[in-house]
Amino acid sequence: MRRLGSLSQEQIVFGLAVTLCVVFALTLPGFLTTNNILNLVRSVSILGILGVAMGLVVIGRGIDLSLVALMAISVASTLQLISTGLPLPQALVLGLGFSLATGLINGFLVAYVEIPAIFATLAMGTAIYGFGRYFMFNLDVIYFTPGAEALRWLGDGTVLGIPAPIVVFALVCAIAHLFLRYTKAGGYLRAVGDNYAAARITGVPARPMILTQYMIAAMIGFVAGLVTAASVASMNTRVANSTYVYDVILVVVLGGIGLSGGRGAVRNIVVGTLLIGVLLNGMTIMDIQYTVQNIIKGVILLTAIVIDTILNPRDEQTAQQGDI
Amino acid sequence: MSMADTFLRWRYRVIPDHLLGEILAKRWIDNAIPLLILLIVIAAFGFAIPGFFGLSSIANLLRQWGEFSLLVMALMIVMVAGGIDLSVGSTFALGNIVALALLTVGGLPWPLVVVLTMACGAAVGLVNGVLVGYLRLRAFLTTLVTLIIVRAIVDMLLLTYSVSIASTFIDSEAWYFLGEGSIFSLPVSVVVTLVIAITVHIVFSRTRPGWSVLATGGSRRSAHNVGIPVRRVICMTYVVSGTLCALAGVLFASRLGGAGADTGVGLEIAALTAAVLGGNSLGGGRGSAAKAVIGSITVMILVNSLVRMGVNSGANSLLLGLVLLGAVAIDVRFLKNKHKLLSKVYVSPTYATLPTAPATTAPSPYAVNDRLQGVELIGLGEIDGPEDVILDEDDNIYAGNRVGDIIRFLAPDYSRQEIFAHVGGRPLGMAFDRDGALLVCIGGMGLYRVTKDRKVEKLTDETNRSLLSVTDDSRLRLADDLDIAPDGRVFFSEATTRYEMAEWSVDSLESRGNGRIICYDPIRGTTRTVLKGLVFPNGICMANDGQSFYFAETWACRISRYYFDGPRAGEVEVVIPDLPGYPDNINRASDGTYWLALVGMRTPTMDLAMKQPGFRKRMARRIAFDEWLYPNINTGCVVRFDDAGTVVETLWDKKGDNHPMITSMREHKGHLYIGGISNNRIGRLKLEGMDPAWTGPDNYWRKA
Repeated sequence: MRRLGSLSQEQIVFGLAVTLCVVFALTLPGFLTTNNILNLVRSVSILGILGVAMGLVVIGRGIDLSLVALMAISVASTLQLISTGLPLPQALVLGLGFSLATGLINGFLVAYVEIPAIFATLAMGTAIYGFGRYFMFNLDVIYFTPGAEALRWLGDGTVLGIPAPIVVFALVCAIAHLFLRYTKAGGYLRAVGDNYAAARITGVPARPMILTQYMIAAMIGFVAGLVTAASVASMNTRVANSTYVYDVILVVVLGGIGLSGGRGAVRNIVVGTLLIGVLLNGMTIMDIQYTVQNIIKGVILLTAIVIDTILNPRDEQTAQQGDI
Repeated sequence: MSMADTFLRWRYRVIPDHLLGEILAKRWIDNAIPLLILLIVIAAFGFAIPGFFGLSSIANLLRQWGEFSLLVMALMIVMVAGGIDLSVGSTFALGNIVALALLTVGGLPWPLVVVLTMACGAAVGLVNGVLVGYLRLRAFLTTLVTLIIVRAIVDMLLLTYSVSIASTFIDSEAWYFLGEGSIFSLPVSVVVTLVIAITVHIVFSRTRPGWSVLATGGSRRSAHNVGIPVRRVICMTYVVSGTLCALAGVLFASRLGGAGADTGVGLEIAALTAAVLGGNSLGGGRGSAAKAVIGSITVMILVNSLVRMGVNSGANSLLLGLVLLGAVAIDVRFLKNKHKLLSKVYVSPTYATLPTAPATTAPSPYAVNDRLQGVELIGLGEIDGPEDVILDEDDNIYAGNRVGDIIRFLAPDYSRQEIFAHVGGRPLGMAFDRDGALLVCIGGMGLYRVTKDRKVEKLTDETNRSLLSVTDDSRLRLADDLDIAPDGRVFFSEATTRYEMAEWSVDSLESRGNGRIICYDPIRGTTRTVLKGLVFPNGICMANDGQSFYFAETWACRISRYYFDGPRAGEVEVVIPDLPGYPDNINRASDGTYWLALVGMRTPTMDLAMKQPGFRKRMARRIAFDEWLYPNINTGCVVRFDDAGTVVETLWDKKGDNHPMITSMREHKGHLYIGGISNNRIGRLKLEGMDPAWTGPDNYWRKA
C-alpha cells in the first residue's frame, strides 16, 4: 500500500496503459500487430499534438477551451483561401497569423482583462467558430483543392515507414520538451503556473508569459489542424462544436498534469495519449457503441479528476477568485 | 458673505452629492448595467425588426423564455454558491426525454411523470453535488464531464424510445394545458417560472438557507468558520439546479411533444451568457432571481431576433461569444474596481461656515489656565479609551473601553478594577435609570441596558426608516450619548448614519447633517427619530426643567436645546452658537449649570477648509486616508455653562501632559471625573465650592 502511495499518477496511468495493452493483446485478436499499433498511435497522434498545446497552457495554470475551434477554423480558412487561388505559402502564413492573433486575444483576456481562463476561452471558442462561419465560409466541411495537395504528405506520408502524423507528434513533443526544460521562458512558464503572485513579485514577466503560452498553444493547434485536414483531405468545422476538446483535457489530466498548474511535463502527455489510444482502439475493436464509448470516456475522465484532486489538492492560498 | 460663498453654499445645499456614493453602495446598483443592456437590446431590435412588439411575437417569445429562464435560474443558484453547472443543457434534454418516455411508454399519469422527472434531474444534480461539494472537485470540469455523460445517456434513450414516443398519442388534457394553456393570458411555463423566481428571491433575501448559499459563495472559508455546512450547501445547490432543469425539460416536452438529438445542445453556453449578462458574479456571492430574469430576457431576445433577421448560425454564435466575453469582462472589472470607485466618491464634503471663534486669552471666559494641573490619575495605562465615565451611589466608577467591556473601578481608592459586563461593540455614553440599571449607547450596536446584577439587555437597535433616505437608516450605526427624561423616555444621539464607528472621524470632513436624535420609549416599546439633519450630534443632557435637553453638535461647534414637552414642545433653540472647540458630552453640575467637554479646539485652517468643500473632496480622492486634514481632537478643555448659555468657567490642562484629550466629565461628591475616547486614564479633580454631597443618580431620581 505504501508503495502504491508513492507512485505518481503518471506511473499509475502508464501501468494501466500497459496492463490494458496486455489484456487486449491476449483477448482481442489483431490487437498486437504492427499495423494495428501504428494505426493506434497514428489515430491518437493528433490528440497528442493538441494535448501538448493544452498541456503547456495547463502547466501555466490556464486552460484553452477554444483550442479545437481555433484549429478547425484556422485550417478551414486556410483551405478556403487556397481554393480561391491564393498560393499555399501565403495561405499558410495567413492561417498561422490568424491563429497567433486569436491566441494573443485569449492571452490578453486572461492576463490583462483578468477574465478566468475557462470563460475567456470558452467564449472565444464560440466567437471564433461564429467568425469563421460568418466571414470566411458557408459550408460545414471544407475540402482540399489542388492548390493544397502539397499538404497531403502530412497525413499520408511516411518517414522510414513511420506515418507522418506520428513524426509530427514526436517533433512537437521534442520541441515542447526542450522549450519547457531548457529555455528561460519555459522556466518562467512553470513559475507562473506554480504561483502567479510569487512569480510576479520575483520579477517574472507574468502577464507576457500568459500571452505567450496561449500563442504557443494556438500555433501548435494550427499544426494539429493541418495534420487532421491532411489525413482526410478536408476540414470538418463541426468538430468545433463537439466534445473533442474535452478529450484533449482528458489526455492532459490523465497523464498527471495537475490543473492547478506548475506541475507536469511533456512525458505526462505522451502517457495520457497512450492510455486513451489503447482504450479507444480496444473499444473500437470490441465494437462498443459510440454513445457507450462516450460514457466510458466520461467516467474515466471523472475518475482522473477525482484522483487529480486527491493527489494535487488545491492550494487555498494561491487559488484565484473565480477559479472554478 | 461674498457672492462666491453664497453661490457655493447654495450649490451644496441644492445638489445632494452624497447620494451618488450611497446609491453606488446599494446592492441593487449591480442590476443597473444589466438592465441598461436589456433596454438597449429591446430598443435596437424593436427598431430593426418590424412587428417585434406584436402580440404573437411576444407570446411565442414568452413561452420559450419560461423554459430558458428556469435553466438560467438553476445556473444562477449554483453560481451564487461559487460553483458552476454546465450540465444544465443535458439535464434539460434528459428531463424532456424521460418525461416523454414515462408518459408514452410508461403510461403513467402526468403528475407522477412531473414528479419522477424532477427526481431524475435531482439525481443528476446529486451526482454533481457530491462530486463538487463533498469531494471538492473543480466544478467546471466536473459538470463538463456530467454534461457529456448525461448527453450520452440521452442519446441512448433516444435510440431506444424515440420511435415509440413519436407513435404514441398522449391522451391527457392537463398535459397539453401545461404546454399550450394560459393562466391569466400568461403561458403556463411563464407562470411556473415567475412563481419559482419569486420563491428563489424570497429564499435568497429573507431566509437562512438562502443566506447560507450567498455566504458560501461570498467567502467559502469565512462561511465555514461561522459554522455553515459549506459542503452540504454546495451539494444542495446542484440538486436544486438539476431539479429545475428537469422541470424545464418537462415544460419543453409538454409544448413540443417530441424528442430530438439536438434538444438542449449548446444551451449551457446561452444560459451561462444570460446568467453573467444579468450580473451574477462568476466567483459567487453575488446574484439574484431578478438578475437571472433580466439576463435571460436579454439573451432570449438577442438569439431570437438574430434568427428572425435571417442571419446564419455563425453570426449567432459569434455574437453570443462576444456578448459573453463582454459581460464577463465588465463583471470582472466592475467587481475589482467597485470598491475603489466607491471609496473615491463616498466621502462628499459640503459647505459649512462657522461663526468666528472666540478668543482663548485673558478677558474671554475661555481663557487658557492650568486648572487641570491638579488632576489625580485613575487607572493610568490600565484602561483603553474611556469615552464616558459615570459613578453610582456607592462611588464606583464605570467606563467603557475599546474592546467592548464596561469596566468598574471600585471605591474608595479606585486601584482595583473589574469587568462589570462585556457587551461588545464600542461602549460610549452612559446613564443610570431610575432602577439603578446602567444604560449604554454602544457604537455599532445600539442602546443597551446593563442591570445591577450585570445582565445585558438590548433596548433598541433600530428606528423608523426615513422615507426618502437612500441608505437604509433604520439600523443604528453610531449611537453616541443618551440621557433619560423624568418619565423614563430615553433620548440618544446617533452621530452619523453614513459611517461606521471605526470611520467616525471621516464624518468630520463632510460636516453635513448626517446625524440625528432618537427617542426610545420603554413604556410603549417604540423607537422614533425626533430630530434629523444634525451635524454629528454628540452629548445629550436633560435640562433641569425636565421638559428639554441640551445637545452638542460636534462639527458645528454649537450647543442647542430641544423642548420635548411643555408649552414650547418641538422647538429647537441654539444656546451657544460659537464654541472655540468641538463639543462632546454634556452633564449636569451640582449648582444647576452644565459641564461640557470640548474634545478639541478649532483651528483657522480647518475652519477655512470647512468653507471649501471642493478642497476637501479633492483631498479625500487624491491622498491617502491617514494624510487627510482632520479637526484637532487632542487638545481640549472642560467648560461650564448655565441655562442662559453663558460660559461660567473653563478648565484647561495648559501643558497637555496631565490630562489631554477629554470627551466627557462627570461631577460626583465634589469631584469632577474626566474621560477621553483615546485616553488611557480617568482624571479626578477636586472642585472648590461645589456641593460635596451631590451625586448624579440622586439628582436625577430622588428629588422628584
